[in-house]
Amino acid sequence: MPHDGPDHTDPPEEIALRVKALQSLLIEKGLVDPDALDEIVETYETKVGPQRGAKVVARAWSDPDFKARLLDDGTAAIVDMGYEGRQGEHMRVVENTAEIHNLVVCTLCSCYPWPVLGLPPVWYKSAPYRSRAVIDPRGVLGEFGTTLDADVNVRVWDSTSEMRYLVLPERPAGTDGWSAEDLEKLVSRNSMIGVEKARRPDQVDAP
Amino acid sequence: MNGAHDMGGMQGFGAINAEPELSEPLFHADWERPVFALALATGMLGKWNIDISRYARERQAPADYLANSYYETWLAGLETLLVEANLVTEKELQSGQMSSPVTDIRAPNPEQAAKILAKGGPTLMDVPMTPRFKVGDTVRVINAHPTGHTRAPRYVRGRIGTIDYYNGVHVFADASAEGRREGQPQYNVRFSARELWGDDAPATDGVYLDLWEPYLEAP
Repeated sequence: MPHDGPDHTDPPEEIALRVKALQSLLIEKGLVDPDALDEIVETYETKVGPQRGAKVVARAWSDPDFKARLLDDGTAAIVDMGYEGRQGEHMRVVENTAEIHNLVVCTLCSCYPWPVLGLPPVWYKSAPYRSRAVIDPRGVLGEFGTTLDADVNVRVWDSTSEMRYLVLPERPAGTDGWSAEDLEKLVSRNSMIGVEKARRPDQVDAP
Repeated sequence: MNGAHDMGGMQGFGAINAEPELSEPLFHADWERPVFALALATGMLGKWNIDISRYARERQAPADYLANSYYETWLAGLETLLVEANLVTEKELQSGQMSSPVTDIRAPNPEQAAKILAKGGPTLMDVPMTPRFKVGDTVRVINAHPTGHTRAPRYVRGRIGTIDYYNGVHVFADASAEGRREGQPQYNVRFSARELWGDDAPATDGVYLDLWEPYLEAP
């Protein structure tokens, strides 16, 4: 897919040239260091991503003390695991249970907990998701194949400040005795945004 | 401002059509990579903050905002910021040729850039302010329509909610977008789905937003 939006004002070739010209200009003016540009891209392409959030969740499922700390002070518990920085300065972790289902959105832009989930997927930044998540969360969940009982409380978190939200999904049944490493396989990115539940044991290579 | 970016509750955008999680690339075109990196790298020069950069994107004409893809909006915002911060002239943007050198700026090198990313930009402020509201209080979001940057979406203005959590004193986005680092108490406020969307909404559901004290009043 060449682009991530609806209709485009520029054909792809034209915007590529525009970006190339801007990059050359900023390098020529000394406003950016080309090696720093590579460092920034590499950080988010290879180091920071949802595999980190999966480690946080799997640990919370395995370690009740850590889970208690995570829910009490998400920022500190996540920093202790070495995950911190831009777009994760202030973290709150919200727990899904049999009675409560949490869903995270940013209706105003694209706020997302980068240090634990990486950069957001296109759909999270798109108008359909941003507009509907608050007015029709159950419809949105349905589009992701997630259905909830009518008596479940849906809590939608609209990220309007620098607080960032991570959903702690429910630990799937049939995973007693699994190691944290094995549990990580069940933790999808989408389950930590709240549009899906964690994967079932039959959806992964079970230990 | 009441721009096209304030999308909560709008209808008619159609299906979400999410790409499968495990096959979606991080960038969908090669030009998106430099747009992302240039936006972050120039942000490290300290000439603007995150609220100023959000406001630069929001100020696009609504038709442009809705037509642009995500990184096209980042590019448009970046061009606005560069010109407004006098780092680049309109003429240079048009021509791609440098006409006036910048002499007083040192761009971060890779090690410095990595450190800045790892540090982030905390907004929690250690200032003595007594919050006006406490957890459990009922509050109404003021009916205000500022033309500047604000983080109180239209769909909660005038609506009544309950303070669910106190976040502490945080940099107030509206002031920050004007270049002032001003702290205000910030709360997480729960609005019932029925308060926001009417009686057809499920009685069980709610929407939670982080709102600064100047957005709130006693009902």
